Amino acid sequence: MTSQTQNLSRSRGRAPLVTLSGALPWLICTLFLLLMPLIFTSNSALTIMNQMAITIVFALAYNMLLGQGGMLSFGHAVYMGMGGFMCVHLMNYVEDMSLPIPLPVLPIFGGLFGMGVALIVGSFSTRKAGTVFAMISLGVGELIAACSVIVVAFFGGEEGVSGDRTYGLPVFGIEFLHQIEVYYLTAFWLVLSALLMFLFSRTPIGRMANAVRDNPERAEFLGYSARWVRFYSFVASGFFAGIAGGLFAVNYEILTEENLNLATSGSILLVTFLGGVGFFFGPIIGAILFTLLQTVLSLQTEIWQLYLGVLFVATVMFFPGGLAGVIMMHALPMRLGKAGLLIKPYFKTLVPAVISMAGVAAVLEILYHIRHAALGENEMTLFWVSFDSHSPLPLILAVVAMVAGFWLARRGAPEMAEAWHKANTPDGGAV
Amino acid sequence: MNAMGQRSRDGTPALQIEDLRKSFGKAEIIRGVNLSIGAGERHAVIGPNGAGKSTLFNLITGRFPPTSGKVRLHGADLAGLAPFQINRMGLSRSFQITNIFPNMTVFENVRCSLLWATGYRYSFWNMVNRSRALTEGAEAILEQINLTSRRNLPAGVLSYAEQRALEIGITIAGGANVIMLDEPTAGMSHSETDYIMDLIRKVTENKTLVMVEHDMGVVFGLADKISVLVYGEIIATGSPEAVRANPKVQEAYLGAVLEAEH
Repeated sequence: MTSQTQNLSRSRGRAPLVTLSGALPWLICTLFLLLMPLIFTSNSALTIMNQMAITIVFALAYNMLLGQGGMLSFGHAVYMGMGGFMCVHLMNYVEDMSLPIPLPVLPIFGGLFGMGVALIVGSFSTRKAGTVFAMISLGVGELIAACSVIVVAFFGGEEGVSGDRTYGLPVFGIEFLHQIEVYYLTAFWLVLSALLMFLFSRTPIGRMANAVRDNPERAEFLGYSARWVRFYSFVASGFFAGIAGGLFAVNYEILTEENLNLATSGSILLVTFLGGVGFFFGPIIGAILFTLLQTVLSLQTEIWQLYLGVLFVATVMFFPGGLAGVIMMHALPMRLGKAGLLIKPYFKTLVPAVISMAGVAAVLEILYHIRHAALGENEMTLFWVSFDSHSPLPLILAVVAMVAGFWLARRGAPEMAEAWHKANTPDGGAV
Repeated sequence: MNAMGQRSRDGTPALQIEDLRKSFGKAEIIRGVNLSIGAGERHAVIGPNGAGKSTLFNLITGRFPPTSGKVRLHGADLAGLAPFQINRMGLSRSFQITNIFPNMTVFENVRCSLLWATGYRYSFWNMVNRSRALTEGAEAILEQINLTSRRNLPAGVLSYAEQRALEIGITIAGGANVIMLDEPTAGMSHSETDYIMDLIRKVTENKTLVMVEHDMGVVFGLADKISVLVYGEIIATGSPEAVRANPKVQEAYLGAVLEAEH
């Protein structure tokens, strides 16, 4: 022990900035991002991936407040929206006055503008956390959303503001005419912002944000003003939300009131919570899942928002740690080398549970089809099977699947609970 | 912190309280307290429940503003200062009800309490993991409070005595030279109390200690001066022997307590 301490103090200064184990996940993710367009080549897939990347940046920025700083905001769309509006205007200025600002650096201006707005709002909203902060964020959010029809010069009224991303001179021969070019631009900013946000959480101010979240009073008695700690987190979060806005502007070339309003603010809360606020990568999972549900599921069914709502409520009630929490729950069994114990009980319980949920979905879909399809339009397709929605057989089958699946899952649950307990207990008693 | 230590050598009391008063509504809880605590002194504040001991602590540390009166730390007036400003001047405290960061690891708890004093302030360009000074500093504190084996556990899962030890660690980590402990041994068994007492003695060496305590064993074992607070007033201040012998104290408080302990 002593020799170790001496060794440490002899090599004074700093631990290395980059370690292999620290850099590896980032390298894998970057490689993954680079390869994605080679696997999913269609234009619609690129559109979905762009949307995903933008939502990831926004969700990570939001989690700087919610997960790391303990600030529940109902108006974070404002900072993304303002950054986005600024970027669209900038696109137009640059085009009109031939300014030498290439498109790839545009998002940084979105970030700076989002940060500027956050500086102003944060100066009064971060005095208190909790309900006071939440109410102010809601009020400011609604205020700025309302401004969009009042300050038409900036927000463009109801039709919004649009621009053209191919305004400038080509950068290294790239004109950003094609989706794939925008994809790589977005991917670059995604990796850069995610890395910066991750590093922020490792700085003194990032650590103190956690401390203030846990116990603001104790932090005050350690020399830190809880208010200033919250303020700095808030401003940083506004900056990255603004970058997400800039990426949105580049990708869609139009911003409207919808980018500022409560619905957008609410959905980012949902995304972040779904993914899990307790871990850095939680919002990333949430954003991927949410975008998939929003784009892929919405093509399959008209009541996708119902499923999303149920998923959200179920997450809040049963898995407050979100999907990331569920994943990380398995870290201990993995470390103990006992994760294998879980596979069979999981299979026996979760497969019937999925069948049961599919049954519930089928009942809902059939009923919805009966009520809402055009007259005489009895044919419907569900789970790749076409059938007559008005005949009783499909409904009966769906109900049977629902009940039987539920019964089997119920029966398997105790075994799963036992296996879970066993997998989490190290051999030879407690740690 | 060194500058602070030198300043207290010229005879200025570490902590000086002048006619301090605090009312909540019509009830006056602190009724004109005068107290002077010298640098390096171990001072215990005792008194019956409801005497205002914790309120006195909260007034000194800036948690509540006093109604009137003055508190001076190394001669500097603390009026209107927030807790974090007072802490930066070299005063640190613990709480009667354990007050730590329950979701963070034991190590992180201690490291956070080192940040300001190490000069990191609100910086967002330094990585805390990279600083050997921080890591070694936090590990040294963990060693002192015997929690090295608990390093990576969330603080919330520690036993009560361990959490109290951690809170003392957090309190002293920043290098403050005036340490205020509010009932550090409350709710502890005999062996735990002995352990915490040794710990306090060890970590407050060469520092000014002010503590509120009910356990007379701890008070007479640790303190070189005692003040007795009854109904918001100090009825006696002096060495343990003098206070023990003081008839006023006997009547108001100690008589009953010491009898109960025998």
